[in-house]
Amino acid sequence: MSHEHEHGEEHPHVHRYPPRPDQDDTLTYYRAMEAAVRELLIDKGIVTAEDIRRQVEAMDGRDAGRGALMVARAWVDQAYRKRMLADGSAAAEEIGLDVGPLKLVVVENTPSVHNVIVCTLCSCYPRMLLGLPPDWYKSRSYRSRVVREPRAVLAEFGTVIPDDVQIRVHDSTADMRYLVAPMRPEGTESWSEAELARLVTRDSMIGVALADRAAR
Amino acid sequence: MDDAVAPRFHIGDRVIVREAYPLGHVRTPYYIRGKRGVIERLCGVFSNPEELAYARPGTPAQPLYRVRFLQHDVWPDYAGPPADVVEVEIYQHWLEPEERAP
Repeated sequence: MSHEHEHGEEHPHVHRYPPRPDQDDTLTYYRAMEAAVRELLIDKGIVTAEDIRRQVEAMDGRDAGRGALMVARAWVDQAYRKRMLADGSAAAEEIGLDVGPLKLVVVENTPSVHNVIVCTLCSCYPRMLLGLPPDWYKSRSYRSRVVREPRAVLAEFGTVIPDDVQIRVHDSTADMRYLVAPMRPEGTESWSEAELARLVTRDSMIGVALADRAAR
Repeated sequence: MDDAVAPRFHIGDRVIVREAYPLGHVRTPYYIRGKRGVIERLCGVFSNPEELAYARPGTPAQPLYRVRFLQHDVWPDYAGPPADVVEVEIYQHWLEPEERAP
């Protein structure tokens, strides 16, 4: 920009941007409550600071690769697929994925049905299988719009669903958590289960994208 | 659960969501109140979150259903095809049988 050079080239380029405020210095009501409850639990010997750190680390460490294992298994094993659709929690445990008390419902995309998940009330999400939700999943925009105009929202993600395919929006308002099983891409008949799992992305299990050979 | 309300709806039953606006912690979204749908499945029986939220026991436990609604019934100006649906989990005490046409 020319104005930076108005005082001549010998002038050092010192860009003095206004200082940005820290994002972590606001002690809101809920932050104070969290700190108070956490400190009380530690003081009373119910949990240790180490327990909390480990749990946060474990939560941060989970990713969508867990859900992808389930979907890839269902793609290669019809009997597993049926069990997964009948009882998602049991099917997760069957392949060694701990979902805790989570009640998992797996909804399957087909040539005539496309599923997408949302939590309009808050941000319920199958964290045990997908890790932490993306920021947009928690945004008011996604939560309010995807129930009202799902096709427009999906198109903004680059996912255009033909009009002869039914869209089912799943609003996780209570005790269930949902996972979308995307369709297996064509041309993957000879692929191994591990190769297939790499096609099953987070977004395809939320339902805002399709599983795609290009994902590999 | 020992203290639970018996399920009163079956898969395929037509229901209407109560149009009520109580204060407090409620899991029935505003946009679905007063709308007509069909029972898709019984999810199970769960402690009532409207009570749990205030540190009360949540009994009697309530049956929880997934209810399927046609988008065109939920949003009169819905822009997509007629088959599109939204499915919402709703506790039994928010549901009434849809009245049959006379």
